[in-house]
This record gives sequence, C-alpha cells and structure tokens, in this order.
Amino acid sequence: MAAYRCGLYLALILILSRIVHPGIADTLEKANDTTGEKQSASDAPRDNADARSVDLNERQWQKTDVEPYTGDDPQNTPSVRPAKDQFEEELVIRPLHSGDIYASFQFRTLWDVDFQQEGQKTSHYRLFPKSLGQVLSKFSVRELHISFTQGYWRTMQWGQPFIASPPGAELWVWFHHTVTDVDGNWRELTNVLSGIFCASLNFIDLTNTVQPSASFKPLGLGNATDHSFLRYATLPREIVCTENLTPWKKLLPCGSKAGLAVLMKSEKLFHSSFHSQAVHIRPVCQDEQCTSKAWELRQTLNVVFDLYTSGQGKKEWSMFKMFSRTLTEACPLASSSKVYVDITDNPEGELFELSPVTALLSQAVVLGDRRTYSVYDLTRAETFGQLRSLNLLLRWKGESGDMLRPLLHAERYVSGFGLQTGEIHTVIYNNHPFRAFPVLLMDSVPWYLQLYIHTLTVTSKSRENKPSYIHYQPAKDRHRPHLLEMLIQLPPHSMTEITVQFDRALLKWTEYTPDPNHGFYVGSSVVSALVPSMVAMNTNFTLDQPLFSSFVPVKEESSYFMRVYTEPLLVNLPTPDFSMPYNVICLTCTVVAVGYGSFYNLLTRTFQVDEPSPPLAKRLANLIRRIRGVPLLT
Amino acid sequence: MAAPLTLLLLVAVTIRGVLFRSNLAEIISERVEVVSPLNAWKRVVEGLALLDLGVSPYSGDVFHETPLMIYLFHFLVDYAEIVFMIADGITAVALYLSVQIYNKNVFRKQKYALESERYPADCLELLRSPKEMFYIPLKVAMFYLLNPFTILSCVAKSTCGLNNAIIALFILCTLKGSALLSGILLALATYQSMYPLTLFAPALLFFLQRLYIPVNLRRSSFWFFTLQYAFIYFGSLIVITGLSFFLLGSWDFIPSVYGFILSVPDLTPNIGLFWYFFAEMFEHFRLFFICVFQINVFFYTIPLSIKLKEHPVFLMFMQIAIISIFKSYPTVGDVALYMAFLPAWSHLYRFLRNIFLVSCVLLACSALFPVLWHLWIYAGSANSNFYYAITLLFNFGQILLVSDYFYAYLRREHHLTHGLYLKKKDGTEATLVLK
Repeated sequence: MAAYRCGLYLALILILSRIVHPGIADTLEKANDTTGEKQSASDAPRDNADARSVDLNERQWQKTDVEPYTGDDPQNTPSVRPAKDQFEEELVIRPLHSGDIYASFQFRTLWDVDFQQEGQKTSHYRLFPKSLGQVLSKFSVRELHISFTQGYWRTMQWGQPFIASPPGAELWVWFHHTVTDVDGNWRELTNVLSGIFCASLNFIDLTNTVQPSASFKPLGLGNATDHSFLRYATLPREIVCTENLTPWKKLLPCGSKAGLAVLMKSEKLFHSSFHSQAVHIRPVCQDEQCTSKAWELRQTLNVVFDLYTSGQGKKEWSMFKMFSRTLTEACPLASSSKVYVDITDNPEGELFELSPVTALLSQAVVLGDRRTYSVYDLTRAETFGQLRSLNLLLRWKGESGDMLRPLLHAERYVSGFGLQTGEIHTVIYNNHPFRAFPVLLMDSVPWYLQLYIHTLTVTSKSRENKPSYIHYQPAKDRHRPHLLEMLIQLPPHSMTEITVQFDRALLKWTEYTPDPNHGFYVGSSVVSALVPSMVAMNTNFTLDQPLFSSFVPVKEESSYFMRVYTEPLLVNLPTPDFSMPYNVICLTCTVVAVGYGSFYNLLTRTFQVDEPSPPLAKRLANLIRRIRGVPLLT
Repeated sequence: MAAPLTLLLLVAVTIRGVLFRSNLAEIISERVEVVSPLNAWKRVVEGLALLDLGVSPYSGDVFHETPLMIYLFHFLVDYAEIVFMIADGITAVALYLSVQIYNKNVFRKQKYALESERYPADCLELLRSPKEMFYIPLKVAMFYLLNPFTILSCVAKSTCGLNNAIIALFILCTLKGSALLSGILLALATYQSMYPLTLFAPALLFFLQRLYIPVNLRRSSFWFFTLQYAFIYFGSLIVITGLSFFLLGSWDFIPSVYGFILSVPDLTPNIGLFWYFFAEMFEHFRLFFICVFQINVFFYTIPLSIKLKEHPVFLMFMQIAIISIFKSYPTVGDVALYMAFLPAWSHLYRFLRNIFLVSCVLLACSALFPVLWHLWIYAGSANSNFYYAITLLFNFGQILLVSDYFYAYLRREHHLTHGLYLKKKDGTEATLVLK
C-alpha cells in the first residue's frame, strides 16, 4: 500500500514539476527581442533535468525556426546588461471563428530587487508600483495572482484564452515559508488588496478560502511543495467594472497616458462579451545563470468584442472601432512595445486583408498550437506611417473554416429539483482523437451545500473511472468550505462525468444575502491538465521541417499546461421568512412556556377539594368581625 | 404469551422487509421528520467513506455519530437493514419484559396495600385487575413495533432505533434490579445522545426503593448506594469515552458530537422547536437562548424526581417524553419510544382531560408534515412558516399529551389516598382542583 502511494505521489510530483506557468507570451518575446533579455522566467532552472532539456530544445527551435520569418530584424541594439527595471507591453489581437475579436493586453514590469533577504528594506521604486511592492514585502508574499472577470469564456466558440480566469474575482497567493501566521497575513492581504483594486476582496474569509494540495503550484522561481503556504479563494459573485479598471491602469508605469494603455477606455472595454483583468506577481530569474532574482509583475487584460453583431453582420473591424482610439506612440518607458495580430488562418491573405501591412512576422507555439502573427513594433517610427497613428484594419474576404475543437473542455451544472437535495455534475471533454491524459479537478464548494463524498461517481464512456488521487477536505459549518481535488485519467475522445450529491442547508436569517431568492454562487471548478500538444498531433508533414526531426512526432512541447474553469453555479437554498423573527421568537417561546407552565402547575400545586368562596358581603363582614374579635359568620 | 409476541415480531419484520425492498425506502430516508443530522444513515455512510479516504470523519460537519457507532457499522454496514430490524425487535422485547416486571411490582404493591387496608373503600374500581394487566406488555410491544413512526425510522435506517434499543435495555436492566448493567447501559445511552443523562435520577430512585433505602440525605446507606451507582455510571462513561479516544486517536468527536448537540449549528428543519427559532434568532441573543432551551431539557429532572419519587417508572416515562420533545434534533423515532409506554398507563384513561383533542392534533400534524414540506420545498407555493406552524402544533400536542398523563397520574394517586368520590363539607359532590 505504502509503495503504491509513494509511486502515486511520485507520478504526481513528476506531472506537477512539468507544470510550468502557462508559458504563453514568453515564447513570443524571443522572436524579435534582441535587447539581451533572452532569458525569461520560463527558463528558470528547475531541479528537473528533463524539464531543462525540453526548454533548451525549445529555445533552439525558436531560433532556427523563427528567424527566417522575421526578415529584417535589426541586430543593432546594444547588447548590454538590461537596465535594473524593465517594462514591456504588447497587445495580441486574434479574430475568433465566431466572428468576435479577442484582444489580449500584457504588460510586464521587471523589478530587480530581492527583498526576501534578511534585513533589506526597499524604498526605491522606479517602474514597479510602490503600492504593490509594499504589499509584497509587508506580507512576505512569494507569488500573487489576482483576476477580475466579467462574463464567461466560451471555450467551445472561442478556443482557449491565453490565461484562463473564472468569472468573478480569483485570488491565489503563495506566502514565503518564513510566515508564521499565514491565515492572519492572508486576511490582512485581502483587505489591503480590496483597497488597492476597489473590489470586495474583503469578503474573502476562511469560509471561502482553501489550500489546494496539487492544483496551484508556484509559477515563478522556487519549488514550494508545502501547500500550507498557499491560499486560494474565489468570489464568483464579484462584478467587475470601471472602478476596478482605474486602479489597475494606475499600476502601469505610463498609466493610461501613453503606449497601449491609451486604448483602454472603459466604456468600450466593458461593452464586450468578456472582460478579464489580472495581476500576476512572481519571482523570476534576472539572467541566464539565474544569479539574481527579480520580481515580475504581469498585468493582463483580455477582452472579447462582439463586433459581428454590433457591426451589422459585417466581419470587419479596426482598432478605432474597437477601442475608439488609435495608437500614436509606445510608452516611452517600455523597452518593447508590440502589437501582434493572429494571421494563422490567413497565410496567403485569401481570407482577410490586414492593413497597414507589416513585414514583420513571428511564429510561436501557443497552447500547443503553432500560430503565426503579424507584428507591429511601436518603438519604431515607420510603424505609424505618414499619419503618425496606427489604426489596424481587418476586412474579411471569405468565410473562415471550422474551428478545431478545443482538446480539453469542461462544463458544470446542478441537477435535481426542490430545495432539499441536489447533484453537481461536472463534465470534462477530452477531444484528442487518440491520446489519454490526466487532469486535476479542483472543486471548492461552500459549506452550506453539504457534499456527500460517498455519492461521488466518475464515469467515462459509461464505465466507472476511479480517480487515482483524491484529496478531500470536508467543510466545517461557517468555518471552511469543502475542497475536493481529484486526478482523473481522461480516455481519448471521451466525455467524463463527475457527479456528487449535496444537501442544501437552511441558514440563519442574517447569513442570507440581501436577495436570497436569487441564489448562492458556487465558484468554478478548476481543471488543470497537461494537454498533449496539437503540434505533436499534427501529422501533416508538408511543413518544411528537417527530415531527422519529423520521424518521432513528439518533438517540442509534447504537452502543455492548461487550466480550464467551468461555469460558476447558482444554487437556491431554502429560506426562512425574513419578516417575522419576532413572531417566531414569541410563538416558540409560548409553546415552551406552555410546557413549562403546565409542568410547573402540576409540580408545585396539590389537589384540593374546590370549596366555593363565600359571597363578597359575607367576606367583608367576616373581616370586620375578625378585627372586632367577634365570632365569624359561617 | 411468547406466541403472540413472536407473531408480532414476525409481522413487524415483514412490514419492514417489504418497505426496505420497495422504492419508498429511499423517499423515507430523506424525510426530515424521520432523520436528523445526528442520526441519518446517509451521514453514517459518509463517515465510513471519509474513513476510507483517510480523512477523520469528524474533520467535517457531516458526521455526528459516536466513534463506537462507526466501528459497529464498519463491520455491519452490509447488514444494516438486519441490524436495524434486530434493534427494533430488541427494543420491543425489552419493553415487553420491563412492563411485565413493572406490572408484577405494581400488582404486588397493590396487594400489600389492600391487605393493610390503606385504600379508601370507594377506590376499589381504581385498582388494577390481573385480567386487564395481562395484555399490557404485548400492547406496549405492539405500540412500539407497529407504530408508523418506528417503522419509518427503521426503514430510514435512522440510528435513533439503536439509541432506543439501548434505552429500552437500560430500562429492562433497571427493573430487573441489576445496578451494574443498568449503569453501564445508561452510560452507553448518555454517550450516544447525551440527553439520557437525566434518566440517572429515576434509575437511582428505583434502586433505592427496591432495596428499601429511604431517600434521606442524613442516612449513610442512601449515600453509599448513590455513590456506588454514580461510580458505576461515571466509571463506564469514562471507560467508553476513553475507548472511543483509543479507537480514533483523537478527541475530535467530543465537539463534533456533543458540541453539535448542544450548540445547534445545523438548522435543517425537523419536528423540534430549535431549528426555526435559531434560524430567526437575533445574533446577540443566540447564546442566551441556546442556554435557556438546553437547560429546559434538564430542568425538570429534579422537581419531577421530588414529586414522583415513589413512582420511578412513571418518572422514567416523563423524562423520556420531555427529552424527545425538547431535545435539539428530535425525530419521530424518539416520539415512538415514549408513545410505546402509553398502554402501560391505560388505567389513567378516565382521568385524561383532552386525549381526544391531542390525538386529533397529533394525527393531523403527522399527515400535514409531508404536505407542507412539499409545498414549501418542492412546489414553492408555501414558505417556511407553514412547516414551522405544524412543528409548533405537533410539539404543543405532545406537551399537552405528556402533561395530561402527568395530571392523570397525580390525580389517580390522590384518589387512591383520599377516596374517589370526594364530598364537600356540606355533603355535596366536590370537584377537585389544583391549588
């Protein structure tokens, strides 16, 4: 038994050690970046020799494969050591198959400081926002990830986002292992962040905080495995709006005055199908040998515009239409400022027409798929042309083909009727035609839905599929939520259904939200997986690859890490009548008093023959007679 | 008498067996009237599942059974239906034998009193004849086994049935006069659900009476026996608790079982008075009212023991009834236990004041529970107040029933000393009042 468990953990650790951060944009950087910042966080040395060799391979592949496309990439920038702090910005625009436009902003600030060394006080801030820097040092945060999302990412229509996020607010933090009172730090941190981002993160308390054992590993440097320093919480009900965007923009070195951030006008950004803004802070390596550490602040903002319906069915968009602004300059503080447009489906220009035309192309493997991008480098004057402004315009010529179905997809719903019991169904799809892969499913369910773990069933292809690892922490009423983590092997081309039954609790009347009959939100479940790469799945050998590299199909990035969030649930609970606490207290006390009274009566009194009392006149007469000392009347 | 009892047991087992096999069993096991968070079978299975996963069953707030219960069902989970049927059978047989012994005692006492001519002349019609007493034990067993409440409770596999069996065995051992077994079983019952603690007083009174030791605080024999019985009781309680500790290796079960009973954190509707009261309670009064309501259960023990010190068996009945009305998570299984005793008090029938009203209220409430539950939870056309009103009425009916029996018992005792047809001073017929 012990050996079996050991083996299981080993397998888990192996999988998890391969879970690097969703290395999305880093690979993009390398294509054109010549400032000497060749090493990004993804290349942080790991104790896993395998992982390192994979990374090395990947890097070399990038070089050989990409450079022919990049054309006249100048090699004239000085190759000095980068400045202490560094800021980069980029915008990726991807036309989606549904006709929507996906715009993803990423801003990266590197801060060359290591304040986890003892006794080092940092008071000098250049590009890194001071408000966040102070938070990091005060609460000994190692890694911080926070996202605010409005709307639900429709994987089946839009494909995979670069960084997934659940609806509402999500916060997960790794604390430094010197922290003694993790819960105390967490409570204070959520309150501080609540102030910084103008969000109701102060509603995060122990009742919605969990410590996932396997699903959330640090994405930056370090190899923490003790999940007692991890805290994870979601607020699925959080509504994201302008007041959250403004403080988020203020964290940028240029604010919203210059660079890509000028495009962020809230009336346009929030008039969209999906809006997600996030802040990711983690320690990364400063150079190739990783001699010094740096803090990386990555701010991302993802928007999906529904330009198809708002544009009267015409598939045509421009930057001005989307953001009601055009780009005129890069942020002067940015070492790199680029706009990427995904033209993978349009290699020859037969599908749509993109103007202005750029000679710069870049190719990167993103989420297991090889994509080609047109690149607009905002640091170069010729990008802006004669008008001194860049207004990207894309006009569709033909219908695009069908989208490749996402390999991993998950959804969730509640079944059952009435307010007594219910069942949570989570359905995970593996659309890979021949490869099975394991996924980690994490569910955090509030305590007022009492889960029954013995009713847990996992079925794939109408057969029981026993999870190889289950971590279950039952809820404590009013203290902590349920946490369920499972490692499930998804058979190829299958649908796996996970069901678990629950009871709905009746709460105290003060514990209900102001609109109790609206229901209670249950946060998204998180599916984390190493998904086999689509590049590896590709058996099309028409691409000009060297022969020696194409025999074994799994060459680079045989699998990539992905996180998928399901829908949040809205569950109704039975409600008491909020209008009558006084009545209930009075009525119940009356019944108890009836019980008490009748027992008291029988206990304290004795049976006596009922003698009728004499009339009042006689009693008065007797009273007077008693005073006078005269014999009484009978 | 063994043949009718066997027949009765067979009928009871058949009914339960049929219901277990039907698809009603699943519906019944979800009914909030039948199962409470304390004794639902679903939660026992959940506790076993948690144990299998390597998680302490008490780390969550789903499982509230005692550690001994887990270990019992760890081995017997596949035979649960049989276990619950056997438990019901044991309860019925134990009650049957106890009432038989009790009736013998009553008859003997009555005979002595008659011989010493202590009864007034007109009281002869109040005396109990062996003929009418003959079928009472069987009726008691029948009232328990064929009571729909018991059947529902058994089919739902509510562990309340096991607690009832322990209490019934405790009563039997007490009436048999075995102080050791009685103390151990009382400790076991207390360990299971805490409230039977109040049965200590009637058991002690019974033993004192049996050994002809007067209740006199200045007598050393009284203190000697009291201490002896208390030592057996508390000793076995400590042993059982210690055993549970060694079974699980932690004290987690104390807050999870007894803390849960006392602090009432789970407000799932049931037939009791607690759930809606504490759902609607103002937060700063919660602690106060929890204390008041819990003290209420234990409060009656001392005055009742003083009043009924000559009648420990009736005191036992009163205590069981009060527990089942005022406990924090009552179910119909608890009600069924004290209702089984009602045939034993059939001689009080002529003094009951509102038995017709009370039986109508209880019957109507039992029918209305599922109706109003459906309207609130499933149809959505009623709200929680409807169900609450019915629980209120049901408890009101139970209180009336119990206090009525108490009244009737005291009145009969009064008549047995003062004569049945009381006269006023002027010779006219008198009415008896409480003063």
